[in-house]
Amino acid sequence: MNEFVLIMRHEDGKKIASPEQMQEWMKQTMDWIGSIAAQNKFVSGTGLPFDDARVVKSDKTVINGPFGDIKETIGGFITVKAETIEEAVEFAKGCPVLQGEGNSLEIRQIAKNH
Amino acid sequence: MNQPELIPHLFRTEFRKITTVLCKLFGIEHIEIAEDLASETFLAALETWTYKGIPENPTAWLYTVAKNKARNYIKRNKLFSEKIAVSLIKSQSESQEPEIDLSNQNIEDSQLQMLFAVCHPSLSTESQIGLSLRILCGLGIDEIANAFLSNKETINKRLLRAKEKLRLEKVAIEFPPASEIPARLENVLRTIYLLFNEGYYSETQDTILREDLCLEAMRLAYMLLNNEKTNTTPVNALLSLMCFHASRFPSRKSDNGEIILYQEQDESLWDQELISKGVYYLNQSSRGNLLTKYHLEASIAYWHTIKNDTQKKWGNILQLYNHLLQLEYSPVAALNRTFALSKVKGKRAAILEAEKLQLVNNHYYFTLLGELYNDLVNQKAIENFQKALALAKTQTDKQTISKFLSGLL
Repeated sequence: MNEFVLIMRHEDGKKIASPEQMQEWMKQTMDWIGSIAAQNKFVSGTGLPFDDARVVKSDKTVINGPFGDIKETIGGFITVKAETIEEAVEFAKGCPVLQGEGNSLEIRQIAKNH
Repeated sequence: MNQPELIPHLFRTEFRKITTVLCKLFGIEHIEIAEDLASETFLAALETWTYKGIPENPTAWLYTVAKNKARNYIKRNKLFSEKIAVSLIKSQSESQEPEIDLSNQNIEDSQLQMLFAVCHPSLSTESQIGLSLRILCGLGIDEIANAFLSNKETINKRLLRAKEKLRLEKVAIEFPPASEIPARLENVLRTIYLLFNEGYYSETQDTILREDLCLEAMRLAYMLLNNEKTNTTPVNALLSLMCFHASRFPSRKSDNGEIILYQEQDESLWDQELISKGVYYLNQSSRGNLLTKYHLEASIAYWHTIKNDTQKKWGNILQLYNHLLQLEYSPVAALNRTFALSKVKGKRAAILEAEKLQLVNNHYYFTLLGELYNDLVNQKAIENFQKALALAKTQTDKQTISKFLSGLL
């Protein structure tokens, strides 16, 4: 069984959601992860809060937040077990982040160290 | 209590105390001597009390006799007195005889330390449960055999192997160092949890025995709470979980021993006192930041103490199962999550999810699919229940599935 990371990318991290909206998204995300975990295919995962983020640039300057220059930003990722990339893609299709127009999921296989 | 009731009762409560204290004194390698001395004490009680009547304080009588027997044993047995007693006396300063301390405090401490010893990670799970039942719960070999639907020889062999392992590993009867307690406690809690499940889901027809196993598991958890070193939030969560489950004991079986499913239980039979205890320990368990599977399972069990189906109830249960499955996958949790999903999002959504689980060797899987298809596509419901029936192993499960089927055919 291979492991894949599903990286949730938001088109615009500056969009502010209402607390009710946040709660609803949270629930949907938990249902999505719960469904993967119920198939014993969930490995780990975490959300990445936008607050207090930093970007270090090649000239070592530090800017606040990944927003501004960079249009897309990462909202979180989960690692799943799957036989093939296609199976991992099917998991990704259920992610509620995709409800936001312009958002996307990137699916990457984890390199094996042997 | 008259004599025929008193002796088994005392046996259950005092045998384990005497064994544990003596074993703590002699060391785990002499556990059989401790057990033998405790047995001899009860034999003496049976003989003496039959003729002379029950003494005023039977427990004190037992302790006195046990102490004398232990002292005599040490004196009589040359090897024992040379090797063990010498080191005992040395460690106990001037007194020439080893002190056999059957005070409440020492009994409690010894039992807790013994709990850590028998739940040592070097032992297999079934050995841990077997030893706990024998040494810490004072169950007889035949009772353990009955609980496991096994025979005395098998259980005896299993216990002997387990004791041998404790000897080989030189497991000490002591509190683990403070830094190791959380990790060692995890193992202890798992054993207590399995012990409870053994009772709750046991196939044995002996209702009293089944309830006893559950009560013993609860007693062990309670013992952990009574010591500040082991009064941690996961222990509270586990005891809460067991209280909630045990509250449904009176309603789980019909008069002729058939399992009554949750939905059909008469909630007026649920034990409200145990439910409030469960709530109390659940509150206690939320003091820290730690969230274990026991916390989640206790919260799920809490929502089940509210019989009415509401969106709030099932919405919460679904989220708790989502969380639980991330911590630790189990087929039961996966199936229960899907059932909760059907309550929140409807049967059609749940069928889609259920079919992804593919637990094709599990009769609960097909029972769930049967229930989900029921009233939607009855032919599919029947097919699934028939698959479930073919896979079911126990009489109870077969009965339950047959009942569903006969409602459809």
